Amino acid sequence: MHELSIAQNIVEIVGEHIPAGSSRRVKTVRIELGESAGVVADSLEFCFNTITSGTEMQGAVLEIERVPFVVECNSCGKTSTNEREVFLCSFCNGNDVKMISGNELQVKAIELFDEKELVV
Amino acid sequence: MSVITIERKVLEKNDEVAGQNRDVFSRHGIFAINIVSSPGSGKTSLLECTLSRIKNRVNAAVIEGDVQTDLDAQRVSALGVPAVQIVTKGGCHLEAQLVRDALAAVDLSRLQLLIIENVGNLVCPANYDLGEAVKVVVASVTEGDDKPLKYPAMFRNASVMIINKIDLLPYVNCRIDDLKRNAISINPSLKVFETSCVTNAGIDSWCDWLEENSSPKK
Repeated sequence: MHELSIAQNIVEIVGEHIPAGSSRRVKTVRIELGESAGVVADSLEFCFNTITSGTEMQGAVLEIERVPFVVECNSCGKTSTNEREVFLCSFCNGNDVKMISGNELQVKAIELFDEKELVV
Repeated sequence: MSVITIERKVLEKNDEVAGQNRDVFSRHGIFAINIVSSPGSGKTSLLECTLSRIKNRVNAAVIEGDVQTDLDAQRVSALGVPAVQIVTKGGCHLEAQLVRDALAAVDLSRLQLLIIENVGNLVCPANYDLGEAVKVVVASVTEGDDKPLKYPAMFRNASVMIINKIDLLPYVNCRIDDLKRNAISINPSLKVFETSCVTNAGIDSWCDWLEENSSPKK
């Protein structure tokens, strides 16, 4: 259950990017999450909603963009993916591969409500 | 609509503190390892076996991470090796800041080897760099040979795998060659040791590796 600590880190980072003195509220928080980052998206969403509840970020939607596990083969040069996330080239079966995506865990951007939306 | 681009790693604060820990280790010439595994793989028994052999050859200290109790630190202290216990009170992994806080209680001046025993958990500790030089994953044969496939992140992030409890191989449904093959398919550069804390098989070669990699005496 490290998703709670990850959600806390996300909230902290977002807090540092809301313009000082702004009364505009956060509409969405976009994050990038690799398939093999070891983080459960549903749990992360649950934790995010729980810790933002009752705060200025209440209601903000966590948008999670999943990034697939992809390896690049050093022998045949092709990129491939596999569900088991093993270090194997799907084309030539070689294991001299490097991981080029799948470990991402990053806050990409936030979207703020317009002043008008806030009034409504 | 107004979008603010952020592009920041979620765990950047942990990574930053881990970097500071790494600087401390490098400044004091300390080889630091982070031992991870599922609960009950025999990490602490392995530490007892290891430390009782190398404590007179290498100045070592241990940081123990557990959800509750200081039982593990007591076991290590009983060998005459300095041990600091971190009790996470429910936390499922160690973070770099906890290690930094624990370092305040360790005499770094003569230290050559720092062993951090993480909380028993094959999922969460994979994400948290503590500043160690090497992550060691312990997989015991009683857990079966498919653990690396089920928990790939942990086996991918480790540099060393210790297959423990090999004395139990005749009694359990685990093929050691399959376990190794599965681990290598996740991480082709993994260095593998096979050990038993009952028969002491393989303990010497693991201790030799540890001693060779430890910093020189100060």
